[in-house]
Amino acid sequence: MATQQPVPGTPNGLIVGEIDEFTDASTRPAAAVGAPGRQVPPRRPFDVGRWFAATGWRHIVGVVMVAFSLFPIVFVISSSLNPQGTLTGSNALFSKIGLDSYVRILTDPQVPFTTWFGNTLIIAGITAVATVFLGALAAYSFSRMRFTGRRFGLISIVVVQMFPQLLAVVAIFLLMSAIGDWFPAIGLNTHIGLIMVYLGGALGVNTYLMYGFFNTVPASIDEAAKIDGAGHARIFFTIILRLVAPILAVVALLSFIASVNEFVVASVLLIDTEQQTLAVGLTKLVSNPRYADWSAFSAGAVIAALPVVALFLFLQKYIVGGLTAGAVK
Amino acid sequence: MSTTIDDEVTAETPQKPTKRQRQAAGIADAASGGVKMLLVKLLMLGIVDAIAIYAVFILVSGGQWLVATIVALVAAIVNWIYFSRRRLPAKYLAPGVIFLVIFQVFVLVYTGYIAFTNYGTGHNGSKEQAVSSLMAASLERVEDSPTYPVTVVDQFGTLGLLVTSPDGDALVGTNEQPLTEVDAELEGGKAVAVDGWTTLSFADVLARTNEITELAVPFSDDPNDGAIRTPDGSNAYLYLSNLEYDEAAGTITDLDTGTVYSDLGTGAFTSADGDELLPGWQIVVGFDNFVRAVTDERLAGPLVYVTLWTFAFALISVASTFFLGLFLAIVFNDMRMRGRKYYRVLMILPYAIPSFLSALVWAGMMNESFGFINQVLLGGASVPWLTDPVVAKVSVLIVNLWLGFPYMFLVCTGALQSIPDELQEAATVDGAKPWAVFRLIKLPLLLVSVAPLLIASFAFNFNNFNVIYMLTDGGPRDSNAPIPVGFTDILISMVYKVAFTGQSRDYGLASAYSIIIFIIVAVISVIAFRRTKSLEELN
Repeated sequence: MATQQPVPGTPNGLIVGEIDEFTDASTRPAAAVGAPGRQVPPRRPFDVGRWFAATGWRHIVGVVMVAFSLFPIVFVISSSLNPQGTLTGSNALFSKIGLDSYVRILTDPQVPFTTWFGNTLIIAGITAVATVFLGALAAYSFSRMRFTGRRFGLISIVVVQMFPQLLAVVAIFLLMSAIGDWFPAIGLNTHIGLIMVYLGGALGVNTYLMYGFFNTVPASIDEAAKIDGAGHARIFFTIILRLVAPILAVVALLSFIASVNEFVVASVLLIDTEQQTLAVGLTKLVSNPRYADWSAFSAGAVIAALPVVALFLFLQKYIVGGLTAGAVK
Repeated sequence: MSTTIDDEVTAETPQKPTKRQRQAAGIADAASGGVKMLLVKLLMLGIVDAIAIYAVFILVSGGQWLVATIVALVAAIVNWIYFSRRRLPAKYLAPGVIFLVIFQVFVLVYTGYIAFTNYGTGHNGSKEQAVSSLMAASLERVEDSPTYPVTVVDQFGTLGLLVTSPDGDALVGTNEQPLTEVDAELEGGKAVAVDGWTTLSFADVLARTNEITELAVPFSDDPNDGAIRTPDGSNAYLYLSNLEYDEAAGTITDLDTGTVYSDLGTGAFTSADGDELLPGWQIVVGFDNFVRAVTDERLAGPLVYVTLWTFAFALISVASTFFLGLFLAIVFNDMRMRGRKYYRVLMILPYAIPSFLSALVWAGMMNESFGFINQVLLGGASVPWLTDPVVAKVSVLIVNLWLGFPYMFLVCTGALQSIPDELQEAATVDGAKPWAVFRLIKLPLLLVSVAPLLIASFAFNFNNFNVIYMLTDGGPRDSNAPIPVGFTDILISMVYKVAFTGQSRDYGLASAYSIIIFIIVAVISVIAFRRTKSLEELN
């Protein structure tokens, strides 16, 4: 990259190269701010000062930032491999390597880690699938149909998402305990109840994301199908849903991550230890002063983070597109 | 969204199709679906209807007429929508909207209602429940009580007592249902079984001893008549309360001391010198919770500093993550630099990890006596990262910066790359210095696309419960406040703690705090929308 030459004939490359001739060396970093410059002439001998001013200092920033980003991650991996349990024992990084803590967190009868893990996957998985389905249905109707109240509907979705469900956590708790009095299967302390609460937020920012994407699918496809005799349901399920698959994946992933991360509502609704999710279980575990097995917790944290990180990195390209459309962490 | 699509759709379905057109469309639509589709639809609706009928049945048998009516009405509307040939948009919107209305809109409204009640520990139910639980709590065995032979019976999991009175009559009742006369099977003058109830075997009685000794079956509808209790599951005695309830006067009298507790409209029976008998009951208290939150000195202080800190936390978080992210985006947006891709992947890792885990790990690293930062990085220093009011705030901001900068980095990189190069070239040709190009051209363009995200990020951080709760738990605790609030609590974590932690739960006060957050968020949203006009773009 550093030796890349201005492409002859490309106006962009030529001009950028010329401009850089004017640029004073002391302002070069700032110049590079905007200019994706390709100006270092190859014939000039390698000069450390020039290299540092151009890209070298960027590597220093990069190394510092990577160190800042990674050191908690390195620390947790190191302490998860430490066979000893305490926090102090974890401070000497990678002094001992062993999988004892992984065995401890997975088999400790006092800590139902595998149950929490399973609960989290079930709750977040079902929520993600159902959110995608409900959101896609709504986005389809907003994108393809014109009806009274359409504009009102779109605006209400934007407005309602301003008030996240955790603000109403007291009311959600009281509502679910009232429902639990009559229908214990879907009330307090049940996974179905928690999933239903999460689905209350299904028509939010996700629908909006999908609405935008649905609009990019040409309506002429629908019309062609309609002329061939397909009904609205067939158009939706067999044509549109296949065409918008990437956004469905993004919304499913964002919803999955959000449910894995959700603590407030889950901690209030899921009372029994056996019913809890990872977020609730691990937080209560660590905040218990009598629990001192830090490396077992670290092992649990590594196991818990792995699927999310893997999914995230795998779908990174799509997520970054979705992020700019409004999802926030 | 392009306008052409909208135009085409509008042109294709004109505003008012004629009746014939609508009929034709309906017939075509129905013809295309196929039998399989119809069967799936019928099956789904069948399941929904079955659940609705079951729910209505249960609710009606419990006397919940209002809720039952609503369930029946919703089920009827759902059927109408899906069996109608028209209502096409409704078919697609109904499932999501039902969840939205119950678990988002209704609960917000319900929060508003709770904020005006005294709901909380000691004020959980109705007045009748309060009276019966007060009476039950003060039951004492009548010394010359006759012995009632009893059999423990069970109906769908609810325990009851089958009592044989001294006259030889059989009576059955539960905790909620007073004794009523029944035709029972007698064995040696003792009733042992009755239709509709299962008699517990001796082993079952032993297994459920705790539940059985807790049973107090009211003797009659009048709580002053006392209750029947059994210490062993075979013989029961009459217990009388040492409180006397006078329904007409609305007072409870303590028979031992003679103190009269009366209902003064405060949601509990109160004696002349101000002692309250708890549990009380739930009443609407008007603006009391709000007035209390603002005027009670011990509550007003925390509310002020928590609100200020919430704003400071959200603002500084947005600003710090944005500037760091923008700086990094600029640094790594240079084509000449090698290995940018690797830096980028490593730097967004903090964003990929679930934030509750990161915060918990940071909490371990920031531990004052054993943590990695003090012990290793600072060589044995004892910086009170999480326990000093000021340092803890700095720690929270550092951790939130760590959690949030990758997002801003990604967003700013995208925004920078979407700015056309021509603008910069034109400016440079005109003689603009690089800093001027950045400040006068790139930054304004960048802010146009990033501003809505900054507002969203502010709103998110305003309610960023996880990082506060997992890292410091809101601590260090403010020992002067009567509620469990600390110096790094933000409004939402204060709501959570007032409602769900500590000895007494105060749902009313917590909801009042929630309403305060609603108002703040609403005001911010209105201002933000005015500014960005993003609602105007909706078509």
